Amino acid sequence: MSYFVAGGPVIPNFGGGASAYACERANRLFCTHWFSRNWGTVLWPALRQHVVLTVIAVGIGFVISTSLAVIAHYRGWLERPVLIITSILYTIPSLALFEILQGVPGFGLSATTAEVALVSYTLLIMFRNTLTGLREVPEEVRDAAAGMGLGRRQTLLRVELPLALPAIIAGLRIATVTVISLATVASLVDNEGLGVPILSAISDNVFKTELISAGALAVLLALLSDALLIGLQRRLTPWSRAA
Amino acid sequence: MNNFTEAFKFIAHNGSLPGYQGLPTLTHLTLETLKISAIGIGISLIIAIPLGVWLGHIHRGSFVAINLGNIWRALPSLAVLAIGVAFLGVGLRNVEVALIVLAVPPMVTNAYVSIDGVDREVVDAARGIGMTGWQILRQVELPMGIPLIFAGIRTASLFVVSTTTIASLAGYSGTLGDIINNEASYHLSGVIGAAICIAALALTVEVVLAGVQRALTPRGLILAGTQESSLELDPAVA
Repeated sequence: MSYFVAGGPVIPNFGGGASAYACERANRLFCTHWFSRNWGTVLWPALRQHVVLTVIAVGIGFVISTSLAVIAHYRGWLERPVLIITSILYTIPSLALFEILQGVPGFGLSATTAEVALVSYTLLIMFRNTLTGLREVPEEVRDAAAGMGLGRRQTLLRVELPLALPAIIAGLRIATVTVISLATVASLVDNEGLGVPILSAISDNVFKTELISAGALAVLLALLSDALLIGLQRRLTPWSRAA
Repeated sequence: MNNFTEAFKFIAHNGSLPGYQGLPTLTHLTLETLKISAIGIGISLIIAIPLGVWLGHIHRGSFVAINLGNIWRALPSLAVLAIGVAFLGVGLRNVEVALIVLAVPPMVTNAYVSIDGVDREVVDAARGIGMTGWQILRQVELPMGIPLIFAGIRTASLFVVSTTTIASLAGYSGTLGDIINNEASYHLSGVIGAAICIAALALTVEVVLAGVQRALTPRGLILAGTQESSLELDPAVA
């Protein structure tokens, strides 16, 4: 019986007819052989790019949304327009946003297009959480700060922001995990990240090992980042552990 | 901005291309996208809402209900679709299974949190005036939990609509995603036109569901001002 039937599955990234490739040829669910051979050339670079895409998007999103939340904390009228705009951005499906941005002059198929879309998905979550966190600081605490002679800026930096940290980091966690998930679609406009092996596996007659490896790596990356951020929160807010 | 002018022309021509015949119209693809999403949302509702409401009513299984919501966030929809393809092959069945996998967790989590979080004193008062467990659920817990239950349904539905459009990347054709996946024929302007349709579809679904949510919220809750404000921490993580 031959595996080389015309029109049979075309399995990528394998050469000769050695029996070591039997699993790939049969397109079994998971071929450890393929995984170990392609870890260094396909999966690891994609994972690394995915991490970089995510860190940049979450970093920029964090700066923008935290600044907006602090301003809205003082100027209440800003809350509604920011919420409306960021909600609309958040509602647009990722696939659509990537493609619409691609048509903007100067964007095209580039990392800029990917990052702008990814950043726009972080804004609503982090803005809402940070603003809620700042507002939930008890009035008495603010009074006490004023009584100790702290100015508005000092109250913000030394009292309000630290007390809002759990809410801020909760927002950061959701935003990070969301971006990791959406960045798999970003490979359409920016040939980077774990979306690349996923799409190539689909076009290679649904090569299962590659699909499952890349998909599982994306899920694991999200779970690991979430756990790291929980650790960060414990570190930064030692007082909340006692409660 | 020429791309966008062309994209709006493409939409105005309902997705027809000069020199091609028998292409599906944009209206057809939009309705198809909506249909596939609606099937997924419908099946998820049947599974998730009774489960979440029941768990919340008996105040059991918080660990499962909450953690389901957290893990859900980590699932990239493209990866779920892709893994579904690996197990079930390309087709409507795989797409619907992926949609259900993605839609059930936020529905269960929100339904659980909303019913579990109904003021215990209110429930005790209801029991005190002689209501049975079923009556408490029907007449007290469900009406009070509606806004939050519906928030979960909204989140899930939007996620389903956007995942349905991604399904074409995983080989399933018949949605608006097909145009995006076929830039060779449709050019960038057609792709952008389809993307605009997808965005409009999602925003419409969101607005309609927000309206339904408002209509379903009991008047008493609105008057009492206990309805969730626009600023709220996500119950699944806060």
